[in-house]
Formats: sequence, C-alpha cells, structure tokens
Amino acid sequence: MDLDLISNILFAMVRTGTPLLLVALGELVCEKSGVLNLGQEGMMLFGAVIGFIVAFATGSLWLGVALAIVAGMVLALLFALVAVYLNANQIACGLALTIFGVGLSSFIGTAWVGKPLVGFGTLAIPLLSQIPLLGRMLFAQDLLVYLSFALFAVVGWVLLKTRTGLVLQAVGENPAAASAMGLPVRRVRLLAVLFGGAMAGLAGAYLSLAYTPMWAENMTAGRGWIALALVVFASWRVFRVLLGAYLFGLASILHLVLQGLGVSIPSNLLAMLPYVATIVVLVLLSRDAVRTRLYAPVSLGQPWQPGH
Amino acid sequence: MLLSLEPRGQQSRAMLLLSPLLAGALTLISGALLFAALGNPPLETLYTLLIMPISDMYGVTELAIKALPILLCALGLALAFRARIWNIGAEGQLLVGALAGSAVAIQLIDVESRWALVLVFAAGVAAGTAWAGLAAWLRTRFNANEILTTIMLNYIALNLLQYFIYGPLKDPAGYGFPQSAMFGDASRLPILFEGTRLHVGVFFALLALVAIWVLVQRSFFGFQVKVLGLDRRAARFVGFREKRLVWLALMVSGALAGLAGVCEVSGPIGQLIPQVSPGYGYAAITVAFLGRLNPVGILFASLLMALLYLGGEMAQMTLNLPLALTGLFQGMLLFFLLACDVLILYRLRVKLPWQRQFVATPVAKGA
Repeated sequence: MDLDLISNILFAMVRTGTPLLLVALGELVCEKSGVLNLGQEGMMLFGAVIGFIVAFATGSLWLGVALAIVAGMVLALLFALVAVYLNANQIACGLALTIFGVGLSSFIGTAWVGKPLVGFGTLAIPLLSQIPLLGRMLFAQDLLVYLSFALFAVVGWVLLKTRTGLVLQAVGENPAAASAMGLPVRRVRLLAVLFGGAMAGLAGAYLSLAYTPMWAENMTAGRGWIALALVVFASWRVFRVLLGAYLFGLASILHLVLQGLGVSIPSNLLAMLPYVATIVVLVLLSRDAVRTRLYAPVSLGQPWQPGH
Repeated sequence: MLLSLEPRGQQSRAMLLLSPLLAGALTLISGALLFAALGNPPLETLYTLLIMPISDMYGVTELAIKALPILLCALGLALAFRARIWNIGAEGQLLVGALAGSAVAIQLIDVESRWALVLVFAAGVAAGTAWAGLAAWLRTRFNANEILTTIMLNYIALNLLQYFIYGPLKDPAGYGFPQSAMFGDASRLPILFEGTRLHVGVFFALLALVAIWVLVQRSFFGFQVKVLGLDRRAARFVGFREKRLVWLALMVSGALAGLAGVCEVSGPIGQLIPQVSPGYGYAAITVAFLGRLNPVGILFASLLMALLYLGGEMAQMTLNLPLALTGLFQGMLLFFLLACDVLILYRLRVKLPWQRQFVATPVAKGA
C-alpha cells in the first residue's frame, strides 16, 4: 500500500469515528454517574434533524449545531425526569426514548428528506497538515472534528483530574454514601444525563451537517447503539473510548478500503461489518464476567431516591 | 405548590390497569395539541387516525392482518422480558424468518402440494429461532449483553435481507425491481373470507396467544422465568438453570418473530420485498410493555398498535401527514406509560402552601 492510501484511510477513519467518539463520551459521563441511557440513538437522530432544519432554514451551520445540542438535551431531560426523578426502569426508559426519538425525527424531517445543503468544509491547518501520514488525519479535518478533539481532552481532564470527576464517580459507585457526604445525587445524575444528551445532539449534527450534509430517516444507522457497546469496550476508561471510536470508524470504512484495493464483495454484506465487529468486540471483552463487573460503575442502571 | 411522591408500600392493582389507559389518554391529548399546532383540526385528525380505518368490515380485517405480526413478536418478547432478558431483536428475527421462508418458497414455486407451505413455515420459524439462539449463545457462553447483540443482529439481518433481495433472490423477470418472484399458490396462506386479505395466519396468532398464556401463567417454566426476572440470585439458589432459561426464552421469542415474518411474506405480501416490516419488531417492544407482559393485555395493545399503523397510512393518504406519525405516537405512548407506571408504586401528593403551614404550626408551639 502506498502512503497516500494509508493517509486517506486514516483521514476517513477519524471522520467516521468522530460521531461515535462524541456519543460515547457523553454516554461515558452518563454511565459514570450510574445512569444507563439506551436512548442515544433517539437523541442523536433528533439532534441530526433539528440541526439540519435549522441550518437549512437560517443558513447558519453553527446555529444548527447549537440547536441540535439543545434538542439532544431536551430529550435527555425527558429521560432524566422519568428515569432519575420518577425511578422508572432505566432500560425501558432508554428504549422508549429511542423509539420516541426515531418517530419524532422522521415525523418532523419528512419535508427535508433529500434537500441539499453545503455542510462544514475541511479546514487544513497550514504546515501541520503537510506532515506525512498523520497530517491529513489530524490537521485537515472540519471544525467539528477539531471540536471533538477538544471535547475529548476536556472530558478526560474533568474525569481524571478534577473534583467534578470524583463527584461523578462517587455518585455512580455508591449513591447512598455520596448522598451521606452531602452530594446532590439526583442533580449530579440529571446533569450527567443532560451532558450525554448534548453530546448525542452534537454527534447527530455532525452527521447531518458535516459527515453527509443531508437528512435521511434513521441516518444514524445504529451508531448510538454502537457507542453504547464502545463504552463497554472501553471498560469505562476515557482513553480507550477514543481508541475504540477510531477502531470502529476503521471497521465502518473497511468496505471503502477493500473496494479501493479492487476486492469485490457486495456492499450490503460489507455494510454489516461494523455491527459484526461490535458483536465480536463484546464477546471478546465480556467473556470474563469478573472483569466487566470490576470496571462498570457499581450502581449502573439502578435508580436511587433520597431517604432510602 | 409542591408535588411529592409517597411510597404506597405495595403495588396498586388499580393503577396497574389504569396506567395504560391514562397513558393512552395523555397520548391522545398530546396528539391533538400537536395537530392543532400543525394547523390540522385536532378532532377531525384523530378521527381519521383512529376511527376511519376501522369504520367498515374490510377495515377490521385489515386491522387483524396488521395486528398479527405485532402480536406474535410481542408475545415472544413478553416471555423474555419477564425473565429480564432484554430481547430487542424481534425485528431481526422477523426479517430472517421472512428471508428464510422466501428462500424456500422461491424454490417451490411450481410445487402444487400443500407441503410447500409447511416447508416454508418450517424454514421461517427455524431461522427466527436460530437468530435468537445466536443471541442466547453469545449471552450464555460469552456473557455478551443481549440488548446490544440483538440490536446489532437486527442491523445485520436487515443488510442480509437487502443483499438477498438485490442479489440471489431477485426476480429475474422483475424488471430489475428489488423484489423476489411471487410465491406459488401452494406456498401462500389461504384467505379466510373472499374479498378480504384476512388469512389463516390469525389462527396461528390465537394459538400462540393461548400457548404463551399457558406457558407464563400455568407452567413451571413460566414460574421459573418469573423468578429469574424478579431475583436472579434467588433463582440460582433454588437451583433453576439460568442458562437453560435464557436459551428457551430467547428461542421461543425468536420462533414467534420468525413465524410473524414468514406469515407476512406468505400471507398479505406474497413475495419478499425490502419493506417487509415497517418496524413491527420495534413496535412489539412498546406493545409488550403496554400489555403489561400479559398475553391478554398484549392482544389489546397489539390491536391498538395496528390501528396506529392503519391510521398513519390513512392520515398520509387523506391529510397528507407524514407516515412517521405512527412512530411518533408509539414513542409518546411508551414514554407516558413509563411515567404513569410510577403511580403503581407511589402516590402523588400535592402539597399546597397552606397545608405546609398547617403542619408547621404544632412544631412551632412545641418549640
């Protein structure tokens, strides 16, 4: 393989991994606080459609991004009200959120299917983007990809180095003890869920405004679910989320790579790759039940209410 | 004013039944508000959505046809959900059922014996069972989370279906359309009443309904499943074999979803098309919860869901509303249901400012 091809593959890998990275970072924070939100797919789709409609109507991509984030947070708020404050089953609520988000986004997006939009273009940083192999991948991306780098750094720093990160972890590991220490468990969980919603909305906007600037029903194609598997893959550690997101990005573009190499496999079969990869990864990582239990936040998926 | 939740101490049986009705009412109200906001007359639109599709006998038979796959899928899901095995994969299990059934039916187009239908159904049910069995294997052998594996298997099934429709199973005489050849008459389910599309598949659904009812309410297996769902540790202590239960619950629900898929292709559709399921497998999740994981409840819930599907089509034709209306209502319904379900275990207390004062007074006296 020549260098150009590898450089192109790396570039596409980061582009494809970015939405996964964004959602998975959001879900990681959410799960660290002990809340399992299976509604990522729904929030992402809602963000994607709102971002597209706003950008299309106003001509401002950034306004689209901003409102997509708000859209993700609105759905996350609904989830938090029912799952965090009303103690409903988190799995059922997450499923409901996804079903609701899929329905809502297709409903309001009907009139916008197939409309053309000029999305975020790439912005190459002079000199740095000329570095062989890595230059294109890291320094010739669009602005939202750069934003995802920054968000990764911020989330990593907050989780590992700050008091906020500790609070989050305390609430997720042992909410009763955290509450006894005077931490507002439910508020922390609410904020974590909202952050997850914001990230999912942003990831949706990345899809509909940068990755493929258009709106199509179910355009997330299961990325919200893959992101959930990613968090398990990462054993709830932030650096591994980054690694995993790009590995999955690579798995998703493998069909392009193979086509580039002249291997002909029907595209529908190749499109299965990311999903098969997800299962394989889950199998490899979950085989050891003890390991999963060691890394997962202890109270993950369990509602908590004050005074109990 | 302050709202607070107060534990009831026990399940409220009344709320158990009232909560789905309350959720339905809230969905209707939200729907009416939505229509008003969109500039459609709310009541008229609700009429189009919920009454018009079943205003004649033909409509009622169409309702039964639509309810059939949803009911079959939801019955299976209910069994799995009772054991807290979150099978989200009914959609994929339905699709592979349809795919395998079609693959066999295409080979038997010229066969005139009714055995063709038996083979088609055996293939469909076996495929659905195997697809769910895959998730069971991943779960019991490798401890892989079944929510994620079944979802992934849904996407894989969808791509597999498309591969076959655009590839090996494409009708050579179909002018390039992505669809299989029409099945032979022997591979089609017989119609029950002339002039309608109602087919004998409804008997399968009723049979499945009774079978699942007996299984969950009257059998030791059903009891084991229930214990497993309520308390995994307890189930282990009394020696129930968890792995076997996981296998059985998933395979039964896969078999029913596969049956639903093969009923669709050999019933109303008559060939394999890419849109063989407009999300029946996902709708079944809502239906299973709405029906309280109880077979009889699920029957009613699936009829309601089928009505939403028919109403969505009707609203698209007559009012030019997007077909996605069905999905939206489905999502609202499930969300409201989960919120209302809180009232099963909790009582809603409204504290008004003067009430709080009233409580506060004696304390002040004591001090």
